[in-house]
Amino acid sequence: MREMIKMVVVLTILSLGSGGVLAYLRNNTQERIDNQVLEFVKGPAIRAIFEGATNDPIKDRFTIKDGETERTFFVGVLDGEPRGIALETSGKGYGGDVGLMVGIDVKENALLGVGVTTHAETPGMGAKAKSDPSFAAQFKELSLGEPIKVTADGGTINAISGATITSRAVSSAATEADGIYQKLKSQIEEKLKGIKQ
Amino acid sequence: MAKSLTQEFVKGLWDEVPPFRLVLGLCPVLAVTKSVENGIGMGLATTFVLVGSNVLVSSLRKVIPSKVRIACYIVIIATFVTVVELLMQAFVYGLFLKLGIFIPLIVVNCVVLGRSEAFASKNGVLRSLLDGLGIGIGFTLSLAALGAVRELLGTGLLTIWKDWGLTFDIFGPAYKPFTFMVEAPGAFVALGLMLCLMNLVPKK
Repeated sequence: MREMIKMVVVLTILSLGSGGVLAYLRNNTQERIDNQVLEFVKGPAIRAIFEGATNDPIKDRFTIKDGETERTFFVGVLDGEPRGIALETSGKGYGGDVGLMVGIDVKENALLGVGVTTHAETPGMGAKAKSDPSFAAQFKELSLGEPIKVTADGGTINAISGATITSRAVSSAATEADGIYQKLKSQIEEKLKGIKQ
Repeated sequence: MAKSLTQEFVKGLWDEVPPFRLVLGLCPVLAVTKSVENGIGMGLATTFVLVGSNVLVSSLRKVIPSKVRIACYIVIIATFVTVVELLMQAFVYGLFLKLGIFIPLIVVNCVVLGRSEAFASKNGVLRSLLDGLGIGIGFTLSLAALGAVRELLGTGLLTIWKDWGLTFDIFGPAYKPFTFMVEAPGAFVALGLMLCLMNLVPKK
């Protein structure tokens, strides 16, 4: 009986200590880890969209509550004013969700560019959405307000050969981002004013 | 029987070097040694866990009831592994992405559990510390050596630590990479050849 109690007590104390240490460490590294994840997973796409930005788009970010979800917007200072925002949306691809960073030029009301962040598409086919810059380049400077579609669906985007589903996913994600932008436009402009000074 | 403290440390570097002499913990050894950098990163993470768990296990060896000792060791080891995981995410995220699942898998690395069970639970704190440090450094050097062989033959490069710009093109652009070496079967071949070479050195 004594041995039983000792076993339980020792294991409980060990687990408690372990839990405490880990919780403490987690709290203290959380912010740094979040930044690192943004930098490594989304950073390349964001920096490609805001080419020539004079600020650090990952640092200058804000969040807006959109119903239940909280959306993060990255701000790019181009030509001396914060006119670019980027947000992440996703579309249904061939191998799961395709995460897409969409940059919007608030002043011109047009797309700045898009960049795929996370995906599980077939290498050499759908994965080209990320690795082949000429596909993403088609989205540059497209005007907002109308759905973005691939040519097979009556749009202007030339799909990656053999990867129509992936191309559709990217197009619908860009369209979704446009929708979110139109919906939250006033709040975004409000936030951007705060960065202007 | 009673070894000197120095011997306790040095044995991990050659006589009991984990992947080659004990032939333990082969999963990360084979999987991550595509480059020297990966090997060093994996080795250092394992060393940290090894030293931490060895010290804690040996200082608690009189308190831990023998019937639940393995459970206790696993709790201790898992804690240290999670600490390493969080720290790597916070400070060397790029390397963390490359090592991926093999960091959490240190929990079930038999080198770590083996040292706790076979050494730390029977020896004092100082000896366990030196044992963990020796085995850990031996493990790191083995991984780095295996990584060097594979990376050099497979790509012609040597990546010691990418963030510091320590990447060397040893064979020059004319080298035609022997990519077999950086793929999975190459790991087995390289490990086997290195084991063979080590056994050619006569034992004292």
